[in-house]
Parts: sequence; structure tokens; C-alpha cells
Amino acid sequence: MRALVIDDSRTMRSLLSRQLVALGYETLQAGNGQEALEVMDQAGADVPVLATVDWNMPVMDGLTFVQRVRTRQEWRSMSLMMVTTEAEYDQIVRALAAGAHEYLIKPFTPEAFSDKLQLLGLLPERAAQ
Amino acid sequence: MTLSPQAFAYVSDLVRREAAIVLGPGKEYLVEARLLPLARAAGAADVSAYVSSLQRSGNPTQRMAVVEALTTNETSWFRDGEPFEVFRSTVLPELLSSTPPTRRLNIWSAACSSGQEAYTIAMLLADHGQGRKAEILASDLSTEMLDRTKAGAYSQLEIGRGLPAPMMVKHFRRAGTQWQVSDQLRAMVRTQRINLATPFPPLPVFDVVFLRNVLIYFDAPTKKAILQRVRQVLSPQGYLFLGGAETTLGIDDSWGRTTIGRFTLYRPQAATPGANPPVATAPLTTTVLPPRWAAAAEGR
Repeated sequence: MRALVIDDSRTMRSLLSRQLVALGYETLQAGNGQEALEVMDQAGADVPVLATVDWNMPVMDGLTFVQRVRTRQEWRSMSLMMVTTEAEYDQIVRALAAGAHEYLIKPFTPEAFSDKLQLLGLLPERAAQ
Repeated sequence: MTLSPQAFAYVSDLVRREAAIVLGPGKEYLVEARLLPLARAAGAADVSAYVSSLQRSGNPTQRMAVVEALTTNETSWFRDGEPFEVFRSTVLPELLSSTPPTRRLNIWSAACSSGQEAYTIAMLLADHGQGRKAEILASDLSTEMLDRTKAGAYSQLEIGRGLPAPMMVKHFRRAGTQWQVSDQLRAMVRTQRINLATPFPPLPVFDVVFLRNVLIYFDAPTKKAILQRVRQVLSPQGYLFLGGAETTLGIDDSWGRTTIGRFTLYRPQAATPGANPPVATAPLTTTVLPPRWAAAAEGR
């Protein structure tokens, strides 16, 4: 299973990637929404099952990325999880309305991240409790 | 209480910085209870001594263990998805169709801790209960936990544990740094202090009892006594949910078992002849759907 980690912080990208790799994922990384769209285009038919999406990033923010993904039929199968410091109620509603499936607020614990994967049906069986 | 004010101040400051959880005055008991196992493991005389040695060493691993101990909550929303999925897809439709529409559904969340299970049930009833009147009794031994349940306010960290974001925005509102459960859900949940190990106070007849991950803390005779008391307050057509590692088998054999997918549910056996497959012949790994459950599963 492949996951795409989108965050402008290299530290955050490597932290999320480490957790995903430990769960058995192969990860791709992108520093903003535009880069992520390019990575997706290069991936072709091998669409990642999951993207973790930061909100505030240069060039293209996470919300715009989610909206763009939702216009592409061939990417419908991908689950989108916002992972962001944006914690206001209205922002969560906006992200979900745009097409995000889950929303995780930073900072978070590894367990909270696993819980979200489980809710999306993306926690490998052996890692589930 | 051995916890010194200095130790409490240090721990509450640490947890606030690391996990954004505020341990206000009066939480000394919680700190003491949660850190005692760590203190014992470290060979410290008591929690205060453990905390002051941590304060001196600043050991990052130990600091993290302290934060974990104070922020890990045993209960969490839909994290153990299966029982709630079974409740939503099978038990609730069956209850709605087999009881008069004017009858209130009574559900008990026993040993409710800070109330996540009770509110998870309330969310499912609000979303799938067809407007049926329902009351969820949330009981615990700890009045502190009951107060927390009644308040229905959860930190970011607590809300992050397994609550789907769409359900969070539907049933919660932001209140400062906390997330506040809606008035509709709060009105469905009643709290009461109940010690499961002693005879129960007068209780209504329940349609469903959630007694998950509680029995594991008791010895065999107490487990048996609790299961027998639960039977007395559970409707003959009712359902008992236990934790994944718990069973009535070999403890109180007056319960029948029904397996839905990988999940096992318990029902009073003698009162519903034929509704439960005999324990000895019940397959452990295959789905057993009694006729009316099968009907519910097919949407009839």
C-alpha cells in the first residue's frame, strides 16, 4: 500500500512517513499541493490509497489540493486525511465539505494517527489492536 | 494522599506543555493513581519521590511515560469499531422493530469512565434511532469520572481518539480548548454512581448493557456475581456486550452466545429458547444469524 505525505515541514513529512512505514506502507512525499498533484500524475494508475494533507503550505495549500483531487475521477479511491494545526470548527467543516475524509489536529499522538487510519479502514490487520 | 503540591505543579505543567491537557486543582488524585505504577516500577518510595527524581534528571523517556500515563484514556469513541457496528447494524434495528414505538429504550454503559462509550451510543441512537426515545445510564465508581461524563467536554487529544471527523462536527462544538458534546446527546445520558461489585441500587430494565473491559479486573466469584446481577436487570430479549477478551463461558453458563461477524454478543439463555444457539454447538468462527436477525440484516 502506498501513501502520499504532503507537508511543507520536512520534519513533519519524515515523522508521518516513519509511522506509515512502520505500519507497512510505502510512502511518497510532497512539500505542497502543487508538488503533490505532480507526484500523483507521475504515479499514474498506481494511485496511493491515502494522502495526509497539511493545510498551510506555500504554492498550493491543502484545501485546494483536496478540491483538485475531488475533480479527478481516477483519484476517487484515495482517502484524504487533513493533518494540520488548524483547529477551528468551521475549518474542519470546510475541509470535510471539500472532500476530506478525516481530520487530525497537530500535535497528535501515534495512537491518534493509527485510530484515524483504522476509521478509514487503512490500518493493516496486524497493526490493529 | 502523598502527592506534594510541587510534584503536582511539575506534572500538570509538563502535561499542559506536551499534550495541551489542563490538570486543574483537584486532579491530584488522578496524577497519583496514574503515576503510581510508574513510581513502583522505578522503585521510588511514592509518586512525589518519583516526580522529584524525574524533575532532577529530566529524562525524556520518563517524561514521555508520565505524559502518556496521564493522557492515555482506556475508553475511546469508535476505536473498537466492531461492537458499535454490531449495535448500529443489528441490535438497534431489532430493538426498534420488536418494541412498541412509544417505549423508551434503556441502555446501560457500565463503568463508563469519562463517558466516551455512553456518548458513542447516544450518537448512534441520534443518527439511527428513528427518533425513538432513549436513555443511556452511564455508571462508574468514581464520582470524578461521572462529573466528567455529565460535563461532556473533551480535550483535543481525547476527541482525537477514534471519533470520526464527520461525527465530531455533527455532535460537538468547540468551547475554548475543549470540545463540547451537543445538548441533544447530553440530555440522553444520565449518570449514577454504581459499584458493580456490590448489590445494584434499583435500576430500570435494560434493553442493552455494555459491560466492556470491566470483568477483567475482578476475580472469578465476583465476575459470576456481577453477571448474575446484570441478568436480573436485563430484559429477557436484551443484549450484553462484553470486551473482546471477556466471556461468560465457564463463569455463568446461563448466557447464550450469538456471533455477528467476528463479534460475540450475549443474551439471557433460558428466557429466549431457540433464540440462541447452544453454546456447545455454536461455531466460533462463522456467522450465526437467528432468523429475525437475518431479517434485520436483509433490511426487512
